[in-house]
Amino acid sequence: MNLIKTPFFITSFLFFLIKNSFACEIKARVSVVGNEFPAIQTVGAGAKKCKGAEVKTNLTADHQKINVAGMSSEPAEYTSAIVANTSIVALLNNDLIRPLDDLVKKHGSKLKKNQLITINGKVMAVAFMANAQHLVYRKDILEKLNISVPKTYEEMLSAAKKIRASGLAKNPVGGAYKAGWNLAQEFNNMFIGYGGKHFKGNTPEPNVNSDAGKKALNMMKSLSEYMNPDFLTHDSNATNAEFRAGNVILMNMWGSRAATLTDADGVSDAVKKGMNIAGPMTVGGGNIPASTLFWDGWTVAKKISDAEAEATFIAMMNAIDPSIIKDEKVRKQAVWLLDGYTPTDAARGVFAAAKMNTTPYPMLPYAGLMHSAIGAEIADFMQGKENAKKTLSDIEDAYRAAAKEKGFL
Amino acid sequence: MKHKTFFWFILPTFLAMLIFIFLPIISVVLQSVHTPHENVLITVENCDPFGCKKVTSIDHEATKNLKQSEPLGKFVGLDIYFDRGHLAIENFKLIWNNSENIFSFIQSLSNLPFYKAVFFTLTFTFTVTPIMLLLGLLIALGVNSISKKLRGIVIFFSLLPMIVTPLIGSIILFWMIDSRGIIGNLIQWLFNDPNLSLKASTTLTWIMLIVYGVWHAIPFSFIVFYAGLQTVPKDQLESAKIDGANKFEEVIYIIIPHLMPLITFVTLMQLMDNFRVFEPIVGFSAEAHATSLSWIIFNDLGGETRQLSAAATSSILTIIGVIILLSPVLLRTWKDFKFKK
Repeated sequence: MNLIKTPFFITSFLFFLIKNSFACEIKARVSVVGNEFPAIQTVGAGAKKCKGAEVKTNLTADHQKINVAGMSSEPAEYTSAIVANTSIVALLNNDLIRPLDDLVKKHGSKLKKNQLITINGKVMAVAFMANAQHLVYRKDILEKLNISVPKTYEEMLSAAKKIRASGLAKNPVGGAYKAGWNLAQEFNNMFIGYGGKHFKGNTPEPNVNSDAGKKALNMMKSLSEYMNPDFLTHDSNATNAEFRAGNVILMNMWGSRAATLTDADGVSDAVKKGMNIAGPMTVGGGNIPASTLFWDGWTVAKKISDAEAEATFIAMMNAIDPSIIKDEKVRKQAVWLLDGYTPTDAARGVFAAAKMNTTPYPMLPYAGLMHSAIGAEIADFMQGKENAKKTLSDIEDAYRAAAKEKGFL
Repeated sequence: MKHKTFFWFILPTFLAMLIFIFLPIISVVLQSVHTPHENVLITVENCDPFGCKKVTSIDHEATKNLKQSEPLGKFVGLDIYFDRGHLAIENFKLIWNNSENIFSFIQSLSNLPFYKAVFFTLTFTFTVTPIMLLLGLLIALGVNSISKKLRGIVIFFSLLPMIVTPLIGSIILFWMIDSRGIIGNLIQWLFNDPNLSLKASTTLTWIMLIVYGVWHAIPFSFIVFYAGLQTVPKDQLESAKIDGANKFEEVIYIIIPHLMPLITFVTLMQLMDNFRVFEPIVGFSAEAHATSLSWIIFNDLGGETRQLSAAATSSILTIIGVIILLSPVLLRTWKDFKFKK
C-alpha cells in the first residue's frame, strides 16, 4: 500500500465512523412501545441506534393493553407509541399524544405529505407503512387443479370445494378467525365488502343489524366449513403455521406477514416455491374489496417534557429514515410509505388493495367498542348456536351497553 | 393474650390489609358507580395516507372542564350493575317471561355475557373442587402406604403440575390436544373419528378445562392431606384393626374425621381459587366456548376499549360471588368454634 493511499483510507474510515455514530444524536430519554411484527422490529432497532441518551423499546403483541396506561402517568413511561389507525383511537380518546406540527417543521424535512396523519388539521402521527389483508395462495396447487386465482369470495368457496374433492388438502381455507379481535376484523372486512356501514351516518348509533350483516355472517360460516375445525382458536400466527405446514391453500392474510411467511425453518420447498400473493377479494358482486386498509405509524406522548418529545421525534425520524429501505431484507418487510420506496413482490397485495379503493379502517372514537362487541358475539353464530339475526341484534345490544358506559350514547 | 400485646401483634397485618386490600376495594366500588363523562362529539377532517375524510371525533377542550370539575366521572348509581354486560335486569325479565321451561330459560340466559361466565365459573368450581379433594386424598393415601425409600421421588413428581406456571402449563397442553398434537391425535385414533377436535366443541372444551383444573390443583390437596396423614394417631388405627375394621373402614371412620379441619381448609382455598379461574381460558384460547368472571374483567380492561367501570362492576360482583360461595363453609366453622367454646 503506498503512502498516499493509506491516510486516505484512514480518513475515510474515520469519516465513516463519525458519520455513523453522530448520525442520530439525542439529549433526552426515548422509550417506545409497539407491536412486534418484522417491520416494527426494524423501526425499533433504528430508534435504538441513536446516541447521547437512553433509548428503550418494548415491542409486544400486547402493546394495546399497556400503551394507554404507560402514557397516562406524569411523566409518561413511554415517550412514543407505534400504533395503527385502530389503536391510535384509544390514545386520542384519552388525549395522550401531542400535535407534532412544530417538530415536523423543525426535523421532518424527509417526510412526505401523505405520511402525516392529521386530525382536525393537526399532525398527530407519522405513518411509515401501509397494511391490508389480501389473498395468499398456493400457485402450484391451483395450477395443478386448473383453478384460476379467486377474485371473489364466491370463487374462493368453489375453489375450496374443488381442492377438497381432489384430496390435496382436507381443509384448504385459512383465516384468522380466533374469537375476539381477529374474528371481528374478518367480519368487518366481509361487512364492508357487502356495502355495510357500521354506524348510522356520523353518529355513534350502531347499524350492523342489516342485510349486509346477515350476508357477511353467512359467508363467514360457509368459509369456515373449509377451515380447520379449530378455527375459532387460530389467530394470524396459527393460520400462517397451517400455511407453512402445507395444510392451507387459500387464505386472507395481512400484507405485513406475507413477505416473511415462508422464511421459517422447516418449510417445505413446495410451499416456499408455491406461495403467491394476490389482491384482496370482493364479495357479493360488490366492487369494494372485502378488506380494510391500515397504516402503521408513530406518535409522541403528551405528558413528557418538550426536550424528551424532541429527542423522541429525532430518534423515530432516524428509525424511518428513507435509507433503511436500501436493505433488500427491510424493503420487503412492509409496504413502506417512505421516500424512494418501490414495491417488492411481497407488496403486490397491499398495493392492489390501495388501488382497488379498499376502505380504510375508521378512526372513530367508538370503533373499538363496536369491534370488541362483534368479536365477543359472533362466536356463538360461528358455532351454530344461534341465527344471524339474533347475533346481529346481540352485537348492537352489547355495543349499546358499552357505548353508554363510555359516554357516547 | 393481653389486649395491648394483641394490638401490637396484629397491627402490621392490619395495616397491610387496610392499604393493599380494603382501600383498593373501596376505590373499585367507587369506580363501579361512576362512568366517564359524556363525550362532546364534533365532526373534523382527518387525513391519512389514503386521503382525507370528515369523521366524528371527541372535542377534548369541551370535555376538559367537565372532567376537571368531577374527575371521578358521572355518578350513575347501580346502572352498570343492571346493564346488559352485567346483571342485565331488563333482558332477564324478558327471558323469564318468554321462556317456556327452565331449560330454554337457562339457554337464553347463557346468551348474556355475565350469565354465560357465571354458568361456566360455577360448573368449573363445583366439578373441580370435589374431584380434586377426592383424588388428592387417594394419592396421599397411596403415597403414604408405599416404601419410605420411594416416597421422596413420588412426592416430587406428584407436585410437578403445581410447579408449572398455570399459563405455561395450559399453553403446552393446548398444543398437545391440538388435532395435530399428540393427545388430540390419540383421541382421534381411539374414537376412530378423524374430524374429532377438542377445541371445536363447547362440551369437550369444558371437559378439557375441568381436567386441566383438576390436574393443576391436585398437588395442593395431596400435599396438605399427606402432611395431615402423618399426624393420624397410631393407637386409634391399631385398636380399629383389633376390632376388625378393614382398610376402607379405617379411612372412613378414623382418617377422614381426623383430616376434617384440613378438608375444610382445602375446600375453602380451592373454592376461592376455582371461582377465579382465568389462565386456562387464555392459555387454551377457549373464549369462544367458555368465559369466566375473571376473564370478563381482563377483557374489559384490555385492548382499545378500556371499560374501567364495567371491569370494576364485574370485580365487585366476583367478590359478592366469593362471599356467597364461602358463606356455608364459614358459617360451619363459626358454629364449630362456638360449640367448642
